[in-house]
Amino acid sequence: MRIALFATCLADTMFPAAAKATVQLLERLGHEVVFPPEQTCCGQMHVNTGYQKEALPLVRRYVRTFEPCDVVVAPSGSCVGSIRHQHATVARQAGQEGLAARAEAVAERTYELSELLIDVLKIEDVGAYYPHRVTYHPTCHSLRVLRVGDRPLRLLRQVRGLDLVELPQAEQCCGFGGTFAVKNADTSTAMLADKMRHVLDTGADVCTAGDASCLMHIGGGLSRLRTGVRTVHLAEILASTEATA
Amino acid sequence: MSTHAPKGVGHLRGDRPFPAAAKVALADPQLRRNLQHATTTIRGKSGRVIAELPDWQELRSAGSALKAYTMANLPRLLEQLEERVTAAGGVVHWAADAEEANRIVTELVAATGEKRVIKVKSMATQEIGLNEALEGAGITPVETDLAELIVQLGHDKPSHILVPAIHRNRSEIREIFLREMPGVDPALTDDPPELAGAARRYLRETFLSTKVAVSGANFGVAETGTLAVVESEGNGRMCLTLPDTLITVMGIEKVVPAWQDLEVFLQLLPRASTGERMNPYTSMWTGVTPGDGPQNFHLVLLDNGRTAVLADEVGRSALHCIRCSACLNVCPVYERTGGHAYGSVYPGPIGAVLSPQLTGVEDNASLPYASSLCGACFDACPVKIDIPSILVHLRNQAPHPRSEKTAMAAAAYTMDHPKLYERAQRAAKAAKLLGRRGRGLPPPLNGWAASRDLPEPPAETFRDWWRGR
Repeated sequence: MRIALFATCLADTMFPAAAKATVQLLERLGHEVVFPPEQTCCGQMHVNTGYQKEALPLVRRYVRTFEPCDVVVAPSGSCVGSIRHQHATVARQAGQEGLAARAEAVAERTYELSELLIDVLKIEDVGAYYPHRVTYHPTCHSLRVLRVGDRPLRLLRQVRGLDLVELPQAEQCCGFGGTFAVKNADTSTAMLADKMRHVLDTGADVCTAGDASCLMHIGGGLSRLRTGVRTVHLAEILASTEATA
Repeated sequence: MSTHAPKGVGHLRGDRPFPAAAKVALADPQLRRNLQHATTTIRGKSGRVIAELPDWQELRSAGSALKAYTMANLPRLLEQLEERVTAAGGVVHWAADAEEANRIVTELVAATGEKRVIKVKSMATQEIGLNEALEGAGITPVETDLAELIVQLGHDKPSHILVPAIHRNRSEIREIFLREMPGVDPALTDDPPELAGAARRYLRETFLSTKVAVSGANFGVAETGTLAVVESEGNGRMCLTLPDTLITVMGIEKVVPAWQDLEVFLQLLPRASTGERMNPYTSMWTGVTPGDGPQNFHLVLLDNGRTAVLADEVGRSALHCIRCSACLNVCPVYERTGGHAYGSVYPGPIGAVLSPQLTGVEDNASLPYASSLCGACFDACPVKIDIPSILVHLRNQAPHPRSEKTAMAAAAYTMDHPKLYERAQRAAKAAKLLGRRGRGLPPPLNGWAASRDLPEPPAETFRDWWRGR
C-alpha cells in the first residue's frame, strides 16, 4: 500500500526518530511511504490556544497536501485527533463550508499509527524485537479523542523480548496539554510529578506512548530528576528488530 | 437583551487569575492530600455503581436530549412553570440578575418580620451572594447542609459543588466546631459520628425554631409546577417542610418539561454525583397545601447571565449541567488545585466553561485555560456536555496577550510557508536555545524549564534525513 506520512511539526523538528521509525516500520512491512514536502503542522497548538483564525491556513495546507493521498499516517494521536475533530470546525467557523467538507474527507483517511496497523493493515505482530522492560502511557487524545483503546498494547504484546508492565493510574493526564504546560506550569508540574512516580513504581526502563509531545514532557521530567528511565515513541519500539537492537 | 452577571455582587469572579491562585493550593500538601483522597474515593464509588447499569450510555443520551430540548424551548417552559406554580398557590418572581434576586429574597424575608432563615445548600444562592445580602439587611442565614455549615462556620468558601468542605479533614472540622458552633461540647473529638452528632444537635434546635427557609432547586417541572430538591442528610426535608415560609431560588435552566423526565435525571444524578444508586432524600412540592408544610411559597427564577449563555450555540450546553460534580472528581487539574483556585462558586471543568460565560469571558479569561484538555470531564458528564470543545471555543473568544498574539501569528505564517519553516527549524538549532535544555528560554516559556528538560536538538530534522536517503 502507498501510505503518506504526516510527520507532524514536533517529530519533524525535535523527534525525527519517531517519524523515521514510522517509515522504517511500514517499509519493512512491505508498504511504500511517501512524504509530501509541503506539509508542516496540523494547527492544533493554534486552535487549542484560541487562535482559530490563524489555524485556518494550516488546515487548508493540510487538506491541500494530503487530499491526493489514499491513506495518511501520523505518529501522533494528538495531531490525528485535531485533524479529525477540529479541522472541519475551524473551516466552518470561518464560513468555508467547502473546505470543511474536504477536511472531513481527508480526516477520514488519516490514521494514528496503531489504528493504521490494526484497522487498515490488519496486523498485530509487526515482527519487532525490543528486549526491555516497558510501560505504556495512553495519552489523553489517543485514549479519549481517537479511542484507540488497547490497540497499542496489542501491538506491544507481540514484540519479542519486551516485558510489558502496567502503569498505575495510566489514564490520568501527564499534565502536558500543549500550551497548558507553559500557561499553567505549576499545575502541569504537579500532574507530571504523579505521572513520573507511577512510571518509576513500575520499575520499567522505558516509558512509551503514541505521542512525541507527551513523551517530551514526561521525558523532560525524568531527565531533570536523572531517573535513568527513558521515553521512547511507540513507533521506535515497533520498528526495532533483532538486526537493529 | 441578554446581559452578563453584574460585578461586585455574588461569587463568580476571582480576585486573581487561575495560575496565581492555583500556586497557593499547589504549595499546600495537606490540601492536596485531602483532595486526592476525597476525589479518588468518590471516583471509585461512582464508577462501581455506574458499571451496574447496562443502559448508562443510553441514559446519558436521554439526559442530553432532554436538556437540548429544554434549552430550545426555554421561554415557553418557564411560562408554563410560572402558570402551574401560581395555580398551585405559589408566587413567582423573575430576577434578571444577582442584585434583583437578592433584593427580592431580602424583602420577602423582611416582610415576615423574621431575623433568621435556614438554608438548604444551594449553588444559585451561593452564586448571587445571598448570605451576604441577608446579613447586610440584619438577617442571619444558617446553612443546614453539614459541609456547607462547616464552610460557613469556618468563614471559608466552598471548594466543590457537591462537597463544599472537601478541602477540610476531620481534625480541621473539629477545630472549627469548637471555635464557632454555639453550645458545642468542649470534649468533642474528631470522630466523624461525634462531629455529625454535634452538628445534628445544633441544627435540630435551629430547624424547630426558624420560620423561614431558603432553598435552591435541582429541578422544576413545567408540566406540574413541582419543585424538587435531592439531598443526602435530611436537612433539606426539614427546611422544606417545617417553616411557614419557603423561598426557592432557581436558575432558569433547571426547568424540565415533564414529570416523567425526572425518571432520567434521578437515575443520572446520584450515580454520577455521590456514587449512590439513589439519593437518600428526594423532596418535591407543588405550591402550598393547606395545613401541611409551608403556607407561603415563593419561587425566584434567576437569569444572572444565563440568557447570554443561551445565545451562544456552542457554549449553551454548559447550561445542561445538573451540578453532579462528576467532572470535578475526574479532573486532574481540580485534583491538584482544589476549587478555590477557580475563583467562582462553580469550580472544576464545568466552572471553567460556565463562569466565564456568565460573567463575560474577559472577566474570567484565565479559566478556559485551566485545563489540559485531557477529556476526562466529557467522558464523566452524565448529560454528555462536551466541556473540552467549549473550553477551546471560549479560548477563541478570550482576550489574548499582545506578545502571544504576535508570536502565534508569526508561527502560523511560518508554518504556512514550508521554506520559511525549514529555515526556522535550522535557526532554532543554531540559536542553541534548546541546547541549554530549555533553561535559556524567555518568559513565559521559562515555566517549562522549571521542572523539565527540553530534548537535545537532533543532528538533522526528519525532512533533512528524508531528503538525504
